[in-house]
Amino acid sequence: MILRLALGSLVARALTVAMTILAIALSVMLFLGVEKVRTGAKASFADTISGTDLIVGARTGSVQLLLYSVFRIGNATNNMTWESYQDIAASDAVDWIVPISLGDSHRQFRVMGTTGAFFERYKYRSGQSLTVRDGALMNDLFDATIGADVAETLGYSVDDPIVVAHGLASFSEHEDQPFRISGILEKTGTPVDRTVIVSLEAIEAIHVDWRSGAQIPGQATSPDVIRQMDLQPQAITAALVGATGRLQVFGLQRSINEYAEEPLLAILPGVALQELWQIVGIAETALIAVSGMVIVTALIGMMATIFSSLNERRREMAIFRAMGARPRVIFAMLVLEAAVMAAIGALLGLVLLYVGLFIAQPLIDSAFGLWVPIDPLSLREVWVLIGVVVAGAIVSMVPAIRAYRMSLADGMMVRI
Amino acid sequence: MTNPAPVLELNDVRYRRPGRASFGLDVPKLSLTQGETVLLLGESGSGKSTLLSLICGTIVAQSGAVCVAGTDISSMSSGTRDRFRAEQIGLIFQQFNLLPFASVRDNILLPLRFAPDRAKRVASPLEDVERLCRDLGLPSDVIGARAGLLSVGQQQRVAAARALIGTPPLIVADEPTSSLDAATQTAFLDVLFTQSRAHATTVLMVSHDARLAEQFDRVIQMSDIVKTTRGAA
Repeated sequence: MILRLALGSLVARALTVAMTILAIALSVMLFLGVEKVRTGAKASFADTISGTDLIVGARTGSVQLLLYSVFRIGNATNNMTWESYQDIAASDAVDWIVPISLGDSHRQFRVMGTTGAFFERYKYRSGQSLTVRDGALMNDLFDATIGADVAETLGYSVDDPIVVAHGLASFSEHEDQPFRISGILEKTGTPVDRTVIVSLEAIEAIHVDWRSGAQIPGQATSPDVIRQMDLQPQAITAALVGATGRLQVFGLQRSINEYAEEPLLAILPGVALQELWQIVGIAETALIAVSGMVIVTALIGMMATIFSSLNERRREMAIFRAMGARPRVIFAMLVLEAAVMAAIGALLGLVLLYVGLFIAQPLIDSAFGLWVPIDPLSLREVWVLIGVVVAGAIVSMVPAIRAYRMSLADGMMVRI
Repeated sequence: MTNPAPVLELNDVRYRRPGRASFGLDVPKLSLTQGETVLLLGESGSGKSTLLSLICGTIVAQSGAVCVAGTDISSMSSGTRDRFRAEQIGLIFQQFNLLPFASVRDNILLPLRFAPDRAKRVASPLEDVERLCRDLGLPSDVIGARAGLLSVGQQQRVAAARALIGTPPLIVADEPTSSLDAATQTAFLDVLFTQSRAHATTVLMVSHDARLAEQFDRVIQMSDIVKTTRGAA
């Protein structure tokens, strides 16, 4: 009955109570939403590359190798030779291997030379393959397949010509070798979206008339002649490797790292991604802190509403006292009331969160390539909800203590 | 019908309000027997509220004995006194007696929540609520209604029902009729006394209105039993 009366009292003050609950609900939604986006971002990040057991490149730092081979950030200081690549490819432990050659660019986007196997082997978001949105994969020497962001930013469509520049600055464009866009890939939320993909041979073809980064004066080989040339690359930037089995991965990694002919580095993408995330992860702590503050603000708001309701409720408390309620019953009722408000707020926030996720999930995915999973609550999130209710009860003790004192002093004789 | 053992007895009670604004109240002797209806007449400021607070045990006298149903409440702990009040005393105020957001039923049953012994005397609470409402002339459809929607006269009857439920030995009423018009006043006291006499309940009512006197067994002037002191103690 006390619970019913406490609820009745809340209903009687429906408007202010509703506002307080709404504030708590929004703050809880924000906090859990940030949590969802954070785990989604982390998962998306970790899913940038999957299905690849090892990434191999010239010896450097593991994060650096990951950055330039997968995220196309920074440059390789050294290449690995084609001989090393072939040696590794011939190893028994290697199931498949995809070479990658970087170093050229188109406008602000990187150009990557690779083989057709890349489209088969490169997986993201736990095993999803690249798919072509428009046109077809490249199958000619001068074909280029571009990522969704490239197409969108530069307004390209299939069959448009495209000029590839050597190096990253655009002052020395390979204008003599125009490429054709053969296909545009579906958006993935990975760096592939921002990449122009051509064949490994195409990278060589671009450089036929070039030596040491400059065009040889007066020399301009026609595309038809280039087609007849041997375009076997001398070196590549990195290679994605799939091992024949889980157990072979570490042996293969060790043998590549100890490769005598050339200093090489093989990394496990998952481990390197973790290392990289630790660097990026500082921002997530800041996000959590901010959304935690919002919850604290909402709870303090609730405390303020309870405080301001005390005066108008003196009569109510006096009636309880006259009927024999001890001051601590008054105290308990106020704390209970706050806990009920916090609980309703937390649950409402949860409902808002999931409704919001259902609406926003496809939008976020297409706009940012960020897949926020709609999962049942994690244990951690359940604890957050319980924490909100407990914190609500704790902050309400401040006005409850005041009510306790007031009801002791007033007794049952309040005349308002 | 009357039992010589006093239901309420105050002996040499001396109370001084804490703090510098000193207000003091002395009651040498006040005694009410079972089943008596007593009107305590006094002007405002004559110490009525203080006296009622002393009887109900929300304040405690510095010396003397306040005995309710044969037990001195001055020596009890505050928690025990709160429980004791719920068990032994039915209270009716001047106005705003009820929790406006709660149903009439919940309002009437409220004291039983804090008084287990009194609740035990009520075999079937819901039937008792209906009976009391019927006896006090309240239509049965108000029982489930929110108390705040009732007229003032009906609210006072609900307060009377709340004071009567579980038949406490003493009912204390603080000007319960002052918010009612003359005709309703008489009717209210009639139904209240019918009920209190049926259960031999003692009624102590405080008022400034001497016209009510003829309906009571006994009339006491505040000034005859209470000595108040003001100013520097």
